Amino acid sequence: MPVSRYNIWSLIGQALRGHGGWTPAWRDPEPANHYDVIIVGGGGHGLATAFYLAKNHNVGRIAVLEKGYLGSGNIGRNTTIVRSNYMLPGNSRMYEKSLQLWHQLSQELNFNVMFSARGVINLAHSDAQVDAYVRRGNSMRLEGIDAEWLTRADLAKELPYINLDPNMRFPVYGGLVQRRGGNARHDAVAWGFARGADMMGVDLIQNCEVTGFRRTGGRVTHVETTRGLIGCGKLGLAVAGNTSVLGEKLGLRLPIESHVLQAFISESVKPMIDHVVTYGAGHFYISQTNKGGLILGGDIDMYNSYAQRGNLPTVDHVLTAGLAMVPQLSRLRMLRSWGGIMDMTMDGSPIIDKAPLDNVYLNAGWCYGGFKATPGSGWCFAHTIAEDAPHAFNAELSLSRFETGHLLDEGGKGPTPNLH
Amino acid sequence: MITLNCPYCGPRSHDEFRYVGDATKIAPPLDAGAEAHFDYVYLRDNPRGQHVEYWQHIHGCRAFVKVLRDTVSHAVLATGLPADTLSAAEEGR
Repeated sequence: MPVSRYNIWSLIGQALRGHGGWTPAWRDPEPANHYDVIIVGGGGHGLATAFYLAKNHNVGRIAVLEKGYLGSGNIGRNTTIVRSNYMLPGNSRMYEKSLQLWHQLSQELNFNVMFSARGVINLAHSDAQVDAYVRRGNSMRLEGIDAEWLTRADLAKELPYINLDPNMRFPVYGGLVQRRGGNARHDAVAWGFARGADMMGVDLIQNCEVTGFRRTGGRVTHVETTRGLIGCGKLGLAVAGNTSVLGEKLGLRLPIESHVLQAFISESVKPMIDHVVTYGAGHFYISQTNKGGLILGGDIDMYNSYAQRGNLPTVDHVLTAGLAMVPQLSRLRMLRSWGGIMDMTMDGSPIIDKAPLDNVYLNAGWCYGGFKATPGSGWCFAHTIAEDAPHAFNAELSLSRFETGHLLDEGGKGPTPNLH
Repeated sequence: MITLNCPYCGPRSHDEFRYVGDATKIAPPLDAGAEAHFDYVYLRDNPRGQHVEYWQHIHGCRAFVKVLRDTVSHAVLATGLPADTLSAAEEGR
């Protein structure tokens, strides 16, 4: 059944018919025997990759294999923050491309992803942190990315609810704001990319877990799945926290550890927090959803984990930082918490590169930061697969950088994946 | 909550500990060459299932404790001192 474009006329037409005529937003095809490109992972990055492969490149038949249902992993488990406020050009060029795609994504997908450029504010709590943030802002501006410094007086006007008491343990000195950043509706991003890719003929195959690969030398010829053997011309992996598991089946050893990151949503309240705000003396970030819930998160649980749930000491740690910044959070009830599996790299930056095999490509290592990268990651990964070489935007996000020493360590923390 | 059995202090909540990381990685000799050092510093097996790892009892006796833990269920399967062998993954390294 052909999927129709959404517009005011289809909405009025459906309203007059009691909304009984809407068709499924994408097909549910049986897997074919062979595809020119197979993307493993039907999350945000995999679906975006398939979308941009179909839209920007001529690579033949494309399939996305997903072991559960579309968008059942981290794309549905994040805190929906979108920004490009990175210091190192090797990172910021890809993230800025992503942010530019975000700003016109609803039009491009013909699907409302509810992107809201409400601004992302990072608070600083010491002279040293002010210096570091101003330096980062200057690095961003040299790359043509917007950054602005806010003094305590500015913050008192923009964020009347934060604790600006100069006698608190970590007083707020100021903040760096990226006005073009903000947040989006996470599920809609997955659904929009899925529908867009399906409309261009991409087969989205759900409940199809990859169990192995068949190789001839360095070339993967077939993917073994729970829905049978599928031949492939090129293979792209976009499986986040499970990258090491599939990589092992390909004989790859990777600079990645999997860790669980928790997120939390409060009960709904009236509009209270207008921006995305982060606390700099610990690790805490908060914004308000369109339904009114406060969505917030902090550190990972710190130990290797493939469980999509975390532990109580981290809940306590995250909310302690939150209360220091926004004391009135103590009056709110948390509705839900959940966990997602982060593919933490050894320098805290992602990998979009060709794997050391003839026809395998790797999109991994997103640490905490995968959601904001969704369109840019898909755009760059599609280019890398189609052209068999990285785009300038992701040239430095290489797998070999760990061996050659060209690390992209924004935080200067060294090879300690749980601290990035 | 994860309960770790410290060899000196007995069973304690994991928030008394700092997570150190993969215990199968052993520093190669200084003259072992770049590849061995690259492997030691950057590459991880990152298993889904049994993982042998170090934790440090920083809010207790400060000892390093070796732990065999399942990364899917978070169940602690064995604990011991750093010199103990807890799993087959440590053999031959």
